Amino acid sequence: MMISQFFVLSQRGDNIVFRDYRAEVPKGSTETFFRKVKFWKEDGNAEAPPIFNVDGVNYFHVKVVGLYFVATTRVNVSPSLVLELLQRIARVIKDYLGVLNEDSFRKNFVLVYELLDEVIDFGYVQTTSTEVLKSYVFNEPIVVAPTRLQPIDPAAIFTQGAKRMPGTAVTKSVVANDPGGRRREEIFVDIIEKISVTFSSSGYILTSEIDGTIQMKSYLSGNPEIRLALNEDLNIGRGGRSVYDYRSSSGSGVILDDCNFHESVRLDSFDSDRTLSLVPPDGEFPVMNYRMTQEFKPPFHVNTLIEEAGRLKAEVIIKIRAEFPSDIVANTIIVQMPLPNYTSRASFELEPGAAGQRTDFKESSKMLEWGLKKIVGGAEHTLRAKLTFSQEFHGNITKEAGPVSMTFTIPMYNVSKLQVKYLQIAKKSSSYNPYRWVRYVTQANSYVARI
Amino acid sequence: MSPPATSQRYPSPSQPSGKSEVTDLKSQLRQLAGSRAPGVDDSKRDLFKKVISYMTIGIDVSSVFGEMVMCSATSDIVLKKMCYLYVGNYAKGNPDLSLLTINFLQRDCKDEDPMIRGLALRSLCSLRVPNLVEYLVGPLGSGLKDNNSYVRTIAVTGVLKLYHISASTCIDADFPATLKSLMLHDSDAQVVANCLSALQEIWSLEASHSEEACREKESLLTKPVIYYFLNRIKEFNEWAQCLILELAVKYVPSDSNDIFDIMNLLEDRLQHANGAVVLATVRVFLQLTLSMADVHQQVYERIKSPLLTLVSSGSPEQSYAILSHLHLLVVRAPYIFAADYKHFYCQYNEPSYVKKLKLEMLTAVANESNTYEIVTELCEYAANVDIAIARESIRAVGKIALQQYDVNAIVDRLLQFLEMEKDYVTAETLVLVKDLLRKYPQWSHDCISVVGGISSKNIQEPKGKAALIWMLGEYAQDMSDAPYILENLIENWEEEHSAEVRLHLLTAAMKCFFKRAPETQKALGLALAAGIADFHQDVHDRALFYYRVLQYDVQVAERVVSPPKQAVSVFADTQSSEIKDRIFDEFNSLSVIYQKPSYMFTDKEHRGPFEFSDELGNIPITPEASSDIVPAQQFEANDKDLLLSTDQKDDNKGLINNNGSAYTAPSYESSSNTITSQMQELAISGPGTSTTTPQSSFGFDDIFGLGLSAAPAPTPSPPLLKLNPRAALEPAAFQQKWRQLPISLTQEYNVNPQGIAALTVPQSLIKHMQSHSIHCIASGGQSPNFKFFFFAQKESEPSNYLAECIINSSSAKAQIKLKADEQSTSQAFATVFETALSKFGMP
Repeated sequence: MMISQFFVLSQRGDNIVFRDYRAEVPKGSTETFFRKVKFWKEDGNAEAPPIFNVDGVNYFHVKVVGLYFVATTRVNVSPSLVLELLQRIARVIKDYLGVLNEDSFRKNFVLVYELLDEVIDFGYVQTTSTEVLKSYVFNEPIVVAPTRLQPIDPAAIFTQGAKRMPGTAVTKSVVANDPGGRRREEIFVDIIEKISVTFSSSGYILTSEIDGTIQMKSYLSGNPEIRLALNEDLNIGRGGRSVYDYRSSSGSGVILDDCNFHESVRLDSFDSDRTLSLVPPDGEFPVMNYRMTQEFKPPFHVNTLIEEAGRLKAEVIIKIRAEFPSDIVANTIIVQMPLPNYTSRASFELEPGAAGQRTDFKESSKMLEWGLKKIVGGAEHTLRAKLTFSQEFHGNITKEAGPVSMTFTIPMYNVSKLQVKYLQIAKKSSSYNPYRWVRYVTQANSYVARI
Repeated sequence: MSPPATSQRYPSPSQPSGKSEVTDLKSQLRQLAGSRAPGVDDSKRDLFKKVISYMTIGIDVSSVFGEMVMCSATSDIVLKKMCYLYVGNYAKGNPDLSLLTINFLQRDCKDEDPMIRGLALRSLCSLRVPNLVEYLVGPLGSGLKDNNSYVRTIAVTGVLKLYHISASTCIDADFPATLKSLMLHDSDAQVVANCLSALQEIWSLEASHSEEACREKESLLTKPVIYYFLNRIKEFNEWAQCLILELAVKYVPSDSNDIFDIMNLLEDRLQHANGAVVLATVRVFLQLTLSMADVHQQVYERIKSPLLTLVSSGSPEQSYAILSHLHLLVVRAPYIFAADYKHFYCQYNEPSYVKKLKLEMLTAVANESNTYEIVTELCEYAANVDIAIARESIRAVGKIALQQYDVNAIVDRLLQFLEMEKDYVTAETLVLVKDLLRKYPQWSHDCISVVGGISSKNIQEPKGKAALIWMLGEYAQDMSDAPYILENLIENWEEEHSAEVRLHLLTAAMKCFFKRAPETQKALGLALAAGIADFHQDVHDRALFYYRVLQYDVQVAERVVSPPKQAVSVFADTQSSEIKDRIFDEFNSLSVIYQKPSYMFTDKEHRGPFEFSDELGNIPITPEASSDIVPAQQFEANDKDLLLSTDQKDDNKGLINNNGSAYTAPSYESSSNTITSQMQELAISGPGTSTTTPQSSFGFDDIFGLGLSAAPAPTPSPPLLKLNPRAALEPAAFQQKWRQLPISLTQEYNVNPQGIAALTVPQSLIKHMQSHSIHCIASGGQSPNFKFFFFAQKESEPSNYLAECIINSSSAKAQIKLKADEQSTSQAFATVFETALSKFGMP
């Protein structure tokens, strides 16, 4: 259960931090690792798996914001322990630096070393709690301005679009103070749902799943207890009486297949009134992860048609319809479709008056790409593409193209109908009224329509 | 690694142009060392940072060691930390200079700030300089007694560090005993956790030469200690919880109440958001219930949902780790996951290492009810842009077809693949069709009509080409132009780069020749000539061998090269069941990721948490006997036989049959011309004579125990047989007896459905039979075929009964072969055996 080394490499393979805890792994492990990952070609896989063994040394890595977080060991450890740890180290560092990227890392590497010393001792994990670490860490973070969106944090989408959202929150260090020396008392609760849907060629749903997280980030002083009330009609586990139980007025209720909780969460009254209570530690953490396969209404309906139009030509029509209320707006929508590999050219035709849309044909990967800045609920958009082939096709053209996949983000919308009914902060003073932000977002994980 | 191309934007790790910078640093540090000017700490910080950044990118800055130490006299804690980091990194290489640091570190160990005491103690123990250990004992001793838990936590790990620098110093100071007492009494959870990990490491290493350490190590696994930890597991942080759970896995519960107590204590750990905690808990549950088949199965049901949630909630890397474990469980108990197959569908944006695992899981869970959906889904992937995954998907379809469910429909799908006219799809499909034909010769007509239409010119990949050629040879009588296609290929011998394909060409030409001699004669002559002239040793040897056999006797040659085909009933798995069990025993470790037991990739001292199980679990199949020679040999032989590829097997069988016959060797110099002409003579002398004696089917009968039924010896009303519950038989003795004794009884029993369900854990049958005084000496196989060797002894006298028991879980039949020292009592034993077996799985 111990690791030998921990290091972070940039995309180019430079060491950003390197810590050897047990001196068991020969020199050059960073080079060995980087070479292996860069030139991975084994069993037809183009991508190196997160764990591999070279000369008796096990290398574990996770990729976060383009950086490699790596641990090595010679011991037959628990793989999820190490991968979980690497992910957690990234999160702790982000809590401290506010923004996680190569630049902030380099500017703060002494602070990172300081953290690492307390997180791991002689290869054994000591703590990964930002809260606990605060008392041992003395370097002040050097704040780096966020240059672009940080993929590590799905809540980062709140920094754009919706004006009500305080965009600084997700990039604020847990230890930094606001200008003026006073910390703003606030707490963020984000309900982030990633949805996966596969439509059959006839438009019928083959599989669907929601993977949700209730994520919390607290900047409250004095660690007050928090109560988080979820839907009363929430049910966990399938096959209970839940489906036929119409207690609440809103319909059949929310049925989760399963969920798990952060260790700070107490479930004493969860069974009776669906309330979670916890004393939120500093930093960002998932209060609850849940999974749901109960049927839901997919936010987009996709209709694709590909037809031959002569010997060396074909036409593609993609139609998407937003199936959510008109006060909701989806943004950064990208629709992709692989075209037959003998496609040499594609010309596009957007609907009249289309704004904020772009189209592209990626010659090397034979990929059609259609980007839309936003789609308002209820709206329908169509793309027509004329394809030219370099050779005559034979057989079934639908077998050579597709499937159509989509990525999108829909703020203030969640398909599961899971809700935070209220967020109660237990603190005696009546004047104490910190900012509470409860935000919802739905994102596409794998949204695929076969043709 | 090339030096980082850092731009001016990064002030810290500037260009490591060489020594001049280091020299610069050295003089600057020296200037600051004595200074007490205001703001000097800030300048020091900047310089220290520079030093550390050089260190990070791999520049040797050990030459400023002295200066760093001189600058370390400061009360600034950030500076101190950087200095400690530096010292820790370079002390080992500079033992003399390290002595300089001892002084200030020892002083800091007595500082009034616990933070500084802790940090200093940690650095002191991290110096890794053997001749400084004498300075460690004192500070460590007081550190362990410190009233601040932070210092104690560090001191505990410090003891472990000391042990690694000088074991004797650590033992002589009696530190392990102190740790043990802290572990059982300290109020701070992290101190306790560190004591546990330190003691496990120390005692495991000591155990090899100290009996006391051995006992101490065992004492960790006693009931009071285990419950001490489990009862307060929630006080520990998630990482320490994993440590405790790893310990609990090794605990042997006293009875079933004990088992349920532990499971109830740990039940809510399955809801933890940390996958490592959940997996460690799952491992405890699985290990605890190994001997309780029904509960074990409930555990599978219980853990399914939490694991699926973890798969979908983490990063791709974390999902991969969880998914690898699910994969193991799915392969072990596919029917439990059969209804969840949709969870194993691939998403288009998943990394290929995840997709690959999922495809294997889909293959494993396919059964009568879901095959159609699964195969439909897999066919979607076959057109995937990711070629590697497309290939894997086709292979998966093939594997499912070989599992017998709905073969008819699958064959149609496979044939549709061939119509896609994608090179790699065709190649993969041909390989599959070949395997299918080996198992289901009855499909040959449907397949061959499609395969015959494929032009060999369109297939580039050796594997696919070889498969096509094999079919041309094997089904020459059904494909009208087989000889001409082969001839065409042989004419282009020079352009065929793959030796595998050329080998197949030789064999196919031979087979074709036996069926359609006049048409193939020319092609075979060409092939043999080209083969003998081939630069590849194997190709050359095979051609020469064929040539000589033909010359010796064409009928013999046919028996050798083209014996009647026996359908392959089960394709051997690449992994033996022992290996799979071993991996299962090492659940929640890298063994699961690599799909190899730890001894295959780790040296002994690094097997980590499995040191314990190593000693106990060495013999997973023989609970009492001391070695497992029997199964190892038996199954290795079987596996080899099953693994042989088609043509190898043909040849081998032939070779065995022809053992001893003398070949007349032609001269090596024979030019290709003479060979061709000799061939013509041969062809005329013996065209198409077919062998009449059917080949005795070698390997298969033995392996699967089909046929070979000896007439049961009728024994009138057997007396009740009493067996010795403590019977013992050495594996070697068993093996010898098994060889010597004749089969006295062969029987087939039905196994009740509960018994089949319980077979998920084959060990449970072993335990069950043992309770009837029938002992297992070896077992193996995997679903649906399990094989066991049992023995028993009469209670009153040393008279042995040996039994081979093959259970097919899909047909729910058990085939028994009995051998006995005393033939007359074998019927009595058979009755006992049948009774015992019929109760298997019953509550």
